[in-house]
Amino acid sequence: MQIEELKKVAAQVRRDIVRMVHKSKSGHPGGALGCTEFFTALYFEIMKIDTNFKMDGIGEDLFFLSNGHISPVFYSVLARRGYFDVKELSTFRHINSRLQGHPTTHEGLPGIRVASGSLGQGMSVAIGASLSKKLNKDDRFVFCLTGDGELQEGQNWEAIMFAAAKKVDNLIVTVDWNHCQIDGTTEQVLDLGDLKGKFKAFGWEVLEMNGNVMDDVIFTLTEAQLKAKKGKPVVILMRTEMGFGVDYMMGTHKWHGNAPNDEQLEKALAQLPVTLGDY
Amino acid sequence: MSLQQISFTDKKDTRSGFGAGIYEAGKANPNVVALCADLVGSLKLEKFIEDFPDRFVQTGVAEANMIGIAAGLTIGGKIPVATTFANFGTGRVYDQIRQSVAYSGKNVKICCSHAGLTLGEDGATHQILEDIGLMKMLPGMTVVVPCDYNQTRLATKAIIERNGPTYLRFGRPVWPIFTQPEDAAFEIGKAQFLSEGSDVTIIACGHLVWHAVLAGQELEKRGISVELINMHTIKPLDTEAILRSVKKTQCVVTAEEHQMNGGLGESVAGVLAQHHLAPLEMVAVHDTFGESGTPAELLEKYGLMPKDIIAAVEKVLERK
Repeated sequence: MQIEELKKVAAQVRRDIVRMVHKSKSGHPGGALGCTEFFTALYFEIMKIDTNFKMDGIGEDLFFLSNGHISPVFYSVLARRGYFDVKELSTFRHINSRLQGHPTTHEGLPGIRVASGSLGQGMSVAIGASLSKKLNKDDRFVFCLTGDGELQEGQNWEAIMFAAAKKVDNLIVTVDWNHCQIDGTTEQVLDLGDLKGKFKAFGWEVLEMNGNVMDDVIFTLTEAQLKAKKGKPVVILMRTEMGFGVDYMMGTHKWHGNAPNDEQLEKALAQLPVTLGDY
Repeated sequence: MSLQQISFTDKKDTRSGFGAGIYEAGKANPNVVALCADLVGSLKLEKFIEDFPDRFVQTGVAEANMIGIAAGLTIGGKIPVATTFANFGTGRVYDQIRQSVAYSGKNVKICCSHAGLTLGEDGATHQILEDIGLMKMLPGMTVVVPCDYNQTRLATKAIIERNGPTYLRFGRPVWPIFTQPEDAAFEIGKAQFLSEGSDVTIIACGHLVWHAVLAGQELEKRGISVELINMHTIKPLDTEAILRSVKKTQCVVTAEEHQMNGGLGESVAGVLAQHHLAPLEMVAVHDTFGESGTPAELLEKYGLMPKDIIAAVEKVLERK
């Protein structure tokens, strides 16, 4: 898909996110908006997928979302890509919905392969899926997204140590490096320190990108695939801005887990053009 | 069917039954993958690793990561068997099991040795007595606690063949073998009647089934007719078998190497309270941690011996 087309998808996804969170009066718009280019690039350009969803995903690229709270962007992109009807986005966080607050396999939503929400578990699951691919002689990739605040969970470092030591080189992890978490900046809450140096010291191939520039996201995800399968797992440190695309949600951690009111919704939608049509 | 006919042929640790079972399962099914967190010798995985090195994942001392990897391995059709000591494979990683395995509906087998007091000298840090309760509370989780080497081998093969998240609990010490090596009647979820009787029902699991056999033999000599049930599957619980027996005997004693809170006895109490009120006595650990000592000393001190089951039967008969 052309870059301009991908940008149109991303613009619509941003509208979806804001509208979903507004309607349910709850959810996490900040991180979801920040990761919109990443999800769009992954599902509309980078990954080899079959929207006729099969859990085992043999011969497909797989994606695991570890920071499950940014579910609005995941759901919107899955729906826009054709995993399920976009109309279902209106059920987000409502009773009897397949679109739970945090993603789950439990309600059978196509595209979801594991529950996430309790942080720090996704990378381990992605490693397991990577090992399964190797055992099946399946040469496709496994992608995983984690938050940066989420890296404060110790299980990540068990996974980071394991993936390098056991040469899980069909794994491409991306860290949403927006420096924001619920209680403030990551620097204020618990400084992650030299994140790049840490991954390198653990034995990973480290790439960086600007996650809110579509060209850079496409370029770096492609580069990551070229760097993979050479004995090392690959991590992309993805600089993003929480709330990107909605001016009043940017430059603050306040919109990590807050829903806009009616007035704020209008203000947000005024900044986000309809490109594919609202659900 | 009398308990007097039951005797043990040999003594072996239940964990060796697991080792034999996973080897056979691995040989029969190329999708079986074993994982271990630095306790290969304790879990008796050597033969599996030697013959199927590509299907073994050594995670190091990192149980949380092991559970996550196991969940991921199921995607692509593998049957992961995650192994460690019961304390580290349940309580330590409860949220990982809850979210990545149980809630996600993954076909992961969590197989743990060194459960209960009988791991002995290492003491209470390792002697988990809460694992049955933790695991049985998780929606969709099957919980199996086999009683000897033969049954642990069969249970290992059976849970691997059966789809769904499962916890298999076994132990460290050598223990009498009194079930058949190829027991055709063994079935997950189906209680095993070791004797038929009319005065009292004894329901036991794990190591304590043997103590219940010894207790029952003594009680029979005293003229008390004992119906002994080996409840190797705690969940799904064979409610029908419990009710069938208690409607006949009108009283129950349970026996297990676990806390009373959350254990087999509590599950049985729930069945009785809801369907058929009858006096119940529970032989279990009563809201305390264990300590260092030999398995025999610990079972004695914490009241899990045949004589304790006999005392519980005497008490429950008085309450009838």
